[in-house]
Amino acid sequence: MSALGNTSGMVPNPMHTLKPSGNLRRRQLTSRLFVSLTLAAAGLAVAVLLILVYYAAKNGASQLSFSFLTAQLPAPGGIVPGGGMGPALAGTAEVILIATIIALPVGVLTAIYLSEFASRRIGRVLTTALEQMAGLPTIIVGVFIFGLIVQRAGPSAIAAGIALAIVEVPLIARASIESLRRVPGTLREAADALGVARWRTILGVILPTAANGIITATILAVARAAGETAPVLLTDQPVVSQAYQLDPRHTVATVPVEILQLLLSGTTSAVDKAWGMAFVLMGLILLVNIGARVWLRRSERKRGV
Amino acid sequence: MDKVDRRANGALKWLALGGGALVFLVLLAIVYQILSGASGAFDKFGLAFIFHKNWVPASNQYGAWTFVYGTLVTGVGSVLISTVLGVSIGLFLSLMAPRRVAAIIGPLVEMLAAIPSVIIGLIGIYLICPFIKTDIEPWVHSAFGWIPIFGAPQPVGNSIFAAILVLTIMVVPIIAALTRDLFLTVPGELRDGAEALGATRWEMIRGVVIPTTQSGIVAAAVLGFGRAVGEAIAVAQVIGGVPADPLNLFKGGYTGASVIANTFTSPVSNLNTSVLFYIAAILLVISIGSNLAAQRISRSFGHAL
Repeated sequence: MSALGNTSGMVPNPMHTLKPSGNLRRRQLTSRLFVSLTLAAAGLAVAVLLILVYYAAKNGASQLSFSFLTAQLPAPGGIVPGGGMGPALAGTAEVILIATIIALPVGVLTAIYLSEFASRRIGRVLTTALEQMAGLPTIIVGVFIFGLIVQRAGPSAIAAGIALAIVEVPLIARASIESLRRVPGTLREAADALGVARWRTILGVILPTAANGIITATILAVARAAGETAPVLLTDQPVVSQAYQLDPRHTVATVPVEILQLLLSGTTSAVDKAWGMAFVLMGLILLVNIGARVWLRRSERKRGV
Repeated sequence: MDKVDRRANGALKWLALGGGALVFLVLLAIVYQILSGASGAFDKFGLAFIFHKNWVPASNQYGAWTFVYGTLVTGVGSVLISTVLGVSIGLFLSLMAPRRVAAIIGPLVEMLAAIPSVIIGLIGIYLICPFIKTDIEPWVHSAFGWIPIFGAPQPVGNSIFAAILVLTIMVVPIIAALTRDLFLTVPGELRDGAEALGATRWEMIRGVVIPTTQSGIVAAAVLGFGRAVGEAIAVAQVIGGVPADPLNLFKGGYTGASVIANTFTSPVSNLNTSVLFYIAAILLVISIGSNLAAQRISRSFGHAL
């Protein structure tokens, strides 16, 4: 080793050799430098997250009140002060409900097909299709539903729900496949040995065992859909009423699009409202994310997976 | 096996196949819908549309070049930064951090990906753009001004550069999560072997971890590129919305996804809508292409990303 080169010719001195010098010292410094750079990168990401949360809270928390959460939307134009996010919250809930009613069965069935039935070849094609769907820009999904539905039947909460379902399906399916594959093979073998029919095994043994993972994936997909702007913007606009409008055959207000509209009008009062809504939306999404992860971890620990 | 079971087995199989088939059909329908929507503009302008610079919707002059330019520049720029940061974070989380620290920082980085794009854009407008204008631009210009892309600071903070930073916030957590899982697949014996031979931590990473995961890192970067290219809302809020292709990144620009988000619901003519479909088709090609490339790279080298 070159690091020992410095000591050649010297009487071996334990105190001396323990201390890296010369080349080894340089190598260790380089190593330490790069290790601390990776730490710095991780620290930077966490710092950015904290700055984003803090900044949204600083600008939005003052808006928070029961009446803000329930009141009708601010008047368009942003000149008349007042207004809240009630219809937008309700509309977002409605749209993601429609999306999830469609996406949950499709996603889970796709996952069951892939993990239980598909041949290798079809499995590969379908996995590729799911990955393509997951990587699809959400604005493209909006353009697609616009062409498919809005151009024929007009914009509506249903159109937005279908668009968001396309966003949710690959998220639910891919995570469900993971948890279906994590079901221990021994369970399946035990069921087979007892002569249980395939469908009973799948519905009665495998699916319940994987349920926690599937539920978590669905909750995370819902949180993701709740924050999506682009697909809803193209399929569920314009919203004319400031009042609660929840008929799914017509447009409903949603929080992300409402934030965008308020920003466009640009007045101080409108932007304040936008911050309030952003704070609420971000808070809900982050809490749901944290909650789902904690719940999954605890339930897995309990089962000893 | 009795008759009921046999029927139920078949029913479940066909139901599951139906779910998978639906995914496939939706994907085909998306491609068909986007292409057929774009056909009007394609017939009129042909492929030259992609390289034409004029964009005056009021007088039916359309060319996509400024959007293609903005899309590629913001995509490449943000992926370059995100790959360096994301891989560093991935290294930190997988190989450097004590398990407890990684268990806290990992989910925090993932939280960053959960923040809705409209909120990142909102913070981009009020925090990042002003910060870029008053602090980053003058500093970068004085230090690196000899590189033409860091030209004269502009009076407005909304710029291609701002879009790159905002996209970086959104892509870093994706690359970090992908590469963390990737680095965890490097066999422990290889790492231990390198360290037993006297390699420092950094030498072990550079000599063993990075070479064995190279293709996976590239695949993660390509996936990040696909994501960056498709982001519409946050980019629309900070890029300035100027159909131009400036070399100076501190000037305003536009991207394909953001021009669709901004103008799709208020077209000036049917041709305008068709042109936006054409831009969506270009985006779709870039997105599908990068997803397939990422898949192929990671599969052909045996990394399942």
